[in-house]
Amino acid sequence: MSTSDKLIQMVIAVVIFYAVIAVILLVTQRLRSRSGERIQAAAFLGPSLLLIGVGLLYPAIVTVWQSFHGAQTFDPPWVGLDNYKDLFTDKQQLTVLRNTLLWVVLTPILSTGIGLVYAVLVDRARFEKFAKALMFLPIAISMVAASIIWKFVYAYRSNEQDQIGLLNQVLVWLHLDTFNFLLEDPWNTFFLIVILVWIQSGFAMTLLSASIKGIPDDIVEAARLDGVGGWKLFRHITVPSIRPSLIVVLTTITIATLKVFDIVQTATGGNFNTSVLAYEFYRQNFVSGNQGLATTIAVVIFLLVTPVVIYNIRQMRKLEGR
Amino acid sequence: MSAADPTTPTTAAPVSAAAAAREGLTGRIASAIAVVIAILWTIPTAGLFISSFRPEADVKSNGWWNVFTDPSFTLKNYQDAFSGGSSNTGLSTNVINSIVITIPAVLIPISLATLAAYAFAWMKFKGRDVLFVAVFALQIVPIQVTLVPLLSLYVDPPFNLMPLAGRDAPAGGLYELWLSHTIFALPVAIFLLHNFMREIPGELIESARVDGAGHVQIFSRIMLPLMMPAIAAFGIFQFLWVWNDLLVALVFSSPEVQPLTVKLVNLVGERGQDWQLLASGAFISLVIPLVVFLSLQRYFVRGLLAGSVKG
Repeated sequence: MSTSDKLIQMVIAVVIFYAVIAVILLVTQRLRSRSGERIQAAAFLGPSLLLIGVGLLYPAIVTVWQSFHGAQTFDPPWVGLDNYKDLFTDKQQLTVLRNTLLWVVLTPILSTGIGLVYAVLVDRARFEKFAKALMFLPIAISMVAASIIWKFVYAYRSNEQDQIGLLNQVLVWLHLDTFNFLLEDPWNTFFLIVILVWIQSGFAMTLLSASIKGIPDDIVEAARLDGVGGWKLFRHITVPSIRPSLIVVLTTITIATLKVFDIVQTATGGNFNTSVLAYEFYRQNFVSGNQGLATTIAVVIFLLVTPVVIYNIRQMRKLEGR
Repeated sequence: MSAADPTTPTTAAPVSAAAAAREGLTGRIASAIAVVIAILWTIPTAGLFISSFRPEADVKSNGWWNVFTDPSFTLKNYQDAFSGGSSNTGLSTNVINSIVITIPAVLIPISLATLAAYAFAWMKFKGRDVLFVAVFALQIVPIQVTLVPLLSLYVDPPFNLMPLAGRDAPAGGLYELWLSHTIFALPVAIFLLHNFMREIPGELIESARVDGAGHVQIFSRIMLPLMMPAIAAFGIFQFLWVWNDLLVALVFSSPEVQPLTVKLVNLVGERGQDWQLLASGAFISLVIPLVVFLSLQRYFVRGLLAGSVKG
């Protein structure tokens, strides 16, 4: 397809879509009665509910069903909980679970910690806006681009050669041996985590900074008059005041971390024992062709995410209620 | 005592001065830490950015920090990345693909979600609350859970419908991508826009109804203009999600319509040592989202604070 073909197809799709919407609105426009309102509601909601039902609900149910079946794509046999057993006993899968655990524990804590410290440090500073923008920008770029940026920082060459990766150059300057950051298991997982921390800290910083600015001035003033300052102010006034926001940030980053796929795919391709659940799902289904195990992994991600999301939404409600 | 007189003011002064000094010192340490973090956050990007302008031979032989002692720059990397240079790896097709994928994948879910959110917020019908909670709850479904069955629906749909994937797919398989992105965005979008819509005072709607306006008029004349900031906020999020997405694109896009992210990942796999190419490619991919982001940052932060973060 040529460029103009694609653009024409895009315009056609958008025009058709809005034409359908316009027809729906015009047809239901004249309805005023009670039963008319029911028809209008169906017209307004119909397209969305149909898409959600067919595209989310039905596939989710099929996935759960498939997770109890074998690897084959066509007519796989019922295997009960075998896939789940594999996931929690197979040596390779245990590494995947270990890595996922590392990601989920470290990423939210580090991103939130760094974001919070930075938000406090630049609060009311002279270049606050600019300083915040620096940490905020990685949010806008893709995880693929972020991974390329960091892969370059980690680039490895042996000791005798000129280094092109900044981190190994720092090691050389310190008269240390160069290190293959993305190859050496288990440390490589930590260096991948750094990439996500680099991305998510900006998100944490923005939410927490807004929250810090919401702390009433008189509370801070009163504390200062009592001689509370610096670290104690941070520990006893700032952190407790923004506790609900902290929880929302921590849980939101946890959810994002459980689904991280792009970074592993770009930085190591899942090699060198760096795979995580969300990556293993893709590999099992589209590379190894093991649909049973892939859907099982998807279900496990679902089960892990659900309690965090519920807790997250509850906290968000509380935050809004205040 | 004559000696005592001068000591009183001087002892008083050092105390406050010490306090000031301590404040100043923590202030200075604080700024130092802030500066260090800011530098750590900027250097990786700066390094790749500088490298994207260095000649291939330089990029491959020494680090980008050498430009400060031995500067040499070129635009050849960008030309090569765009047109493919000696080998056939041009990114220009993928830029078009990303644009063609993203625009409908932003417009369609936002429009549908605005309609649905209006119905949930201001129309009365049986089962409204149950339906809304169901849509709200579906936010928690990770897209991984839906990908495999969704793909088989596209490849082999029931009721003799037209397959949206495969060689004969309409628009080269673009419909798969538009639909998938729409589906994945809807629950969050409906939930958020509903929250915004409930904040609009009910009297406004009531008085319009008394004046004889129907739902369609209220929706298009009153709601849409009032909702624009919220729609803009969600629009930026959806734009960034779709433009930066890798997983949905890897699963659903045929080679002909691969977006930039997929192309970049392939480049990493095939030409992992060609840093000059990866660097310029990465920067081509992030120019558009960065411009959109910076020009509409106000709405973005508002959306972030309202909780529009797709799980």
